[in-house]
Amino acid sequence: MTVVLTEAEVAPAAAPQQRRRRTPGWLAVVPLLVVTAIAFGIPALAMLNGAFTVKDPTSGATSYSTANLTASLHGAYFTALIGSIKLSALSAALGTVLGLLLAQAVVTSRARALREAVLTASGVLANFGGVPLAFAFVATLGNSGVLTRHLGLTDKGWSLYSFWGLVIVYLYFLIPLMVLTITPALEGLRSQWREAAQNNGATGFQYWRHVALPVLLPSLLGGFVLLFGSAFAAYATAAAMVGSAVPLVTLQIADAISGNVLVGQENVALALSLDMVLVAALVMAVYLPLQRRSARWLA
Amino acid sequence: MARLNLWRWAVLACAGLYFLVPLAASVVFTIDVPGQGITFDAYRQIVTAPGFGSSLLLSLELAVATIAVVLLLMVPATVALRLGAPRLRPVVEVICSLPLVVPPIAFVAGISTVLKWGPEYLSRTPFFQTIMAIQNPSFPFVLVLAYAVMSLPFVYRALDAGLRAIDVRTLVEAARSCGASLPRALMQAVLPNLRGALLNASFLTLALVLGEFTVAQLLGFTPFAVWIYSVGGSQAQLSVAVSVLSLLVTWALLLSLAVFGGRSRTAAKG
Repeated sequence: MTVVLTEAEVAPAAAPQQRRRRTPGWLAVVPLLVVTAIAFGIPALAMLNGAFTVKDPTSGATSYSTANLTASLHGAYFTALIGSIKLSALSAALGTVLGLLLAQAVVTSRARALREAVLTASGVLANFGGVPLAFAFVATLGNSGVLTRHLGLTDKGWSLYSFWGLVIVYLYFLIPLMVLTITPALEGLRSQWREAAQNNGATGFQYWRHVALPVLLPSLLGGFVLLFGSAFAAYATAAAMVGSAVPLVTLQIADAISGNVLVGQENVALALSLDMVLVAALVMAVYLPLQRRSARWLA
Repeated sequence: MARLNLWRWAVLACAGLYFLVPLAASVVFTIDVPGQGITFDAYRQIVTAPGFGSSLLLSLELAVATIAVVLLLMVPATVALRLGAPRLRPVVEVICSLPLVVPPIAFVAGISTVLKWGPEYLSRTPFFQTIMAIQNPSFPFVLVLAYAVMSLPFVYRALDAGLRAIDVRTLVEAARSCGASLPRALMQAVLPNLRGALLNASFLTLALVLGEFTVAQLLGFTPFAVWIYSVGGSQAQLSVAVSVLSLLVTWALLLSLAVFGGRSRTAAKG
């Protein structure tokens, strides 16, 4: 790209300043636009088109209808969608609360080294998910895991391959993500606000109820939404851990892509994907205004 | 104050337990095998395990190719946004955040549909050859394209942060008025100042590609993460041992990024 830019830039040396600037600037963005149009746009349009396309199993003719979307919102598919939403909402809520506690403990600490260590570790752990995480937990709390064996958890009815098992594993990357998201907001809480509240006779609880939480609320909600989206899209961890023991929309899509669907419902995977995109878009639509709002307090 | 400290240490201790126990237990799981006592066999088997070398190599090749593609696309674009085409900024911003709205599993559902068009509709056109070529199992270029798209959001964020820290326009104008051509100004004045951001973006892309599972598995390729998964069914100890190792490597990468990033930030300040 630099080469194209070079020649276009050097050749019209006598041309007016205006023109000389604009042309290469434009050209440098074009490859990005072209590649994303091909690598992202075509698959996205194919998904949209396929989600509304139904193939007649006998004649092979295709027609547009909402049958796939209807199917994706009924029966096992709907159970999976609801299961995913429940799992993501619960783990995001827990992650928000626990992440806030941890971040508060770290931010108010006077040990600088501790703060740096926790924030760096959070940055690393928040990026950590997928197969290795699942196997680490299987080795710890799975059927023959170390803790399971030594504490005899199986007799007490424990199973990692369940809804709550997934919550515990998801928290491993959700809590650090929350710590990273909420720390700037906590650092933005001025100590003067607490002192002012105390001077007016407020208790610690009243300070949190009337001052700190309202200021933190946009950041907290924004963090919750971010965690929700991250848990909602997770597939590798669940696939490596529970197989299909817990109904999740990502597992259903994977199943359908691999061809395990009823005749005439080949495109249900695409309809489910569209459902997921809609939920994720909703998440972003809530997140962005909240983030902007919380940025106001951190200035 | 004492009560507050107690509370803080309780929170930190719980967090420490939760985050360290699975790691420690994984290590114990791999070396303390029931019926065999302490053994390091799992780690010894890794190197000779069938598929280990080839899948790791594939992952590394994919990572290098993805980094090259995404930087070649993004660096000129983001520099141009600062220099000559600021009005395109909202467009690029939206494009780079779209992958956040489409989860990987939905993305791969779309990709596999497109790839199926090859045999179904395009078998007589040159597109068919292209679609087959990008699915070549020894180097599936389709994965490079997918990973490049998936890494756009944080590559954009990393490069944008780097560019914000330097005044590109002034740098280029200064270099130009000293007689440098525009490419020379870009290569020798702007790029060296972006070294931190470029490294940042590369590391994050590397971590993404090495750990990526969803797209590769559902398109039927076997890079490293998919290989670990496939080993898990039969050889539990081996798969956990590889997981522990891959975790350590990824963390070392990300930690070095954190350390390096911190240092370059101070350097920029000074």
